[in-house]
Amino acid sequence: MSRSTIIGGLALTALACGAFGAVSASAQTKATLTDPQIAHIVYTADTIDIENGELALKKSKNTRVDAFARDMIRDHTAVNEKALALVKKLNVTPADNATSQSLVKQADAERAKLSALNGAAFDKAYIANEVAFHKEAIGEVETTLIPSAQNAELKGLLQAGLKIFQGHLQHAEQLDAALK
Amino acid sequence: MKRLFVAAGLVMCALAFGVTPQPVAAETLHASMANVAYVDVPATARVGDVIEWTNNDFVAHTVTARDGSFDVTIAPGKTGSTALRKPGKTPFFCRFHPTMTGVIDVTP
Repeated sequence: MSRSTIIGGLALTALACGAFGAVSASAQTKATLTDPQIAHIVYTADTIDIENGELALKKSKNTRVDAFARDMIRDHTAVNEKALALVKKLNVTPADNATSQSLVKQADAERAKLSALNGAAFDKAYIANEVAFHKEAIGEVETTLIPSAQNAELKGLLQAGLKIFQGHLQHAEQLDAALK
Repeated sequence: MKRLFVAAGLVMCALAFGVTPQPVAAETLHASMANVAYVDVPATARVGDVIEWTNNDFVAHTVTARDGSFDVTIAPGKTGSTALRKPGKTPFFCRFHPTMTGVIDVTP
């Protein structure tokens, strides 16, 4: 992990930004991503947001935050089911890679921070992280994953996922403003 | 004979003055969801009409009136209906994706 990423990790939102940002700066250049790697990245990112949502359901007492978390779990589960069905159809095995590993590492650190918070502090931090996470995910899908995807169906899934993530970002931003 | 004559007269009178309004048949209109947006939503409809929604996304959506007059959840790839029972401009949104919004002008 780069020093700048560690410093960025001091802020909750910056942590999430760093998850994808560290990947862009990694040796695994955008051009080298294969479809099996892209599938793995999508599944990993979705799983991270599902787990964050499950944490929010356990910790938050705020009905709007609770509803948002349920929305994230529902939609990211749907994306993952779609992705798994596609890799099965294409007879492709998702391939672990530096991007996925970086995402998991950053998400684990973020979840540890969130776990230590309660009440309104948790709600604000969770939603702020959702804003940052979806911003970075959208950027990565737009600039790296979609251009790199070779299979048309995978590209289509990414494009559909992009619309969903953009909706999530707007929803998270609305909540973020309401919680301040 | 006299009674029959009176009845026939009443019918003719009613027809002439249009006092037997023909009920306007309610329609089933169609709209859909795609790319986390409502698509082809009719701008206007009448009270009693039904809108049949087709969810072409792979995530679930709702069609929820802000005034509470209808609320339906539609699973991916499925259809669902909302009956329009109140006149007026009726804004609606998706409870799962609040950035999805629309409005139908419901006439009496």
